[in-house]
Amino acid sequence: MPTFYLTRKEHFNAAHRLFNPSWSKEKNDAVFGKCANENWHGHNFELFVTVKGSPHPDTGFIVDAKLLSSIIKEHIVDVLDHRNLNMDVPFMQGKLCSIENLVHAIWHQLEPHIPKEVALHCIKLVETPRIFVEYFGK
Amino acid sequence: MGERIAVFRKEHFNAAHRLHNPAWSDQQNSEVFGKCNLPNYHGHNYELIVKVIGEVNPETGYVIDMKVLSDLIQEHVVNVFDHKNLNQDVAAFTHLNPTAENIAIVIFSILRPLLDKTLSLQIRLYETPRNFVEYPSHI
Repeated sequence: MPTFYLTRKEHFNAAHRLFNPSWSKEKNDAVFGKCANENWHGHNFELFVTVKGSPHPDTGFIVDAKLLSSIIKEHIVDVLDHRNLNMDVPFMQGKLCSIENLVHAIWHQLEPHIPKEVALHCIKLVETPRIFVEYFGK
Repeated sequence: MGERIAVFRKEHFNAAHRLHNPAWSDQQNSEVFGKCNLPNYHGHNYELIVKVIGEVNPETGYVIDMKVLSDLIQEHVVNVFDHKNLNQDVAAFTHLNPTAENIAIVIFSILRPLLDKTLSLQIRLYETPRNFVEYPSHI
């Protein structure tokens, strides 16, 4: 059977800051610039979750896109939306709050809940219309 | 009076904020503002569209030099709002709830005195790709 890739797009907004606690304020400011603002800043994030698989002969789809949306909403969007990523999100505790690290954490939060008929292929997170990161699980 | 034409300059900034009325109880704030009231802030990529209406200057062909307009927005708005916490870092919101409506009104009040009196000004502010406001509502 041919392989197809299905992407579900979701969105959330959140505050964060880039900050390495083992560095001085001066070094954080020098490396992270405005992103180190101690009072936070924020973004409208767009999340693209891509799974791969073969269409089931009874449905014609590889996975129920509504079901995939519900899973993303429960495990990711409801945890991140309107939150402070540094302070409020259990799976980002102790991590630098870059989008690279956030994408990595989202992958590992989501993968155990992906329906068995498909495999998680890519997590893409768009931080601004000009910046995004993709992670393929390795 | 000659014909008037509208020109638009698009800029962007991102910021943290929360919606909160200090005169209300925590419960009332939570009921009215929902997730937007969460205590540790959230944030947005704001898209700002500044609309200027005026007559075309016959010598330049411009309503306003867009580089001049961009520099004004950059200096007086973007540099003040970008990567900031609107509630904590921007003086205009010390006692004003930083809703999209109020942010647009504040931006208008910043830019209006910087433009020639013959020009009309309107601010469109996108808080998300789905929520945006315009001030003034009619020009």
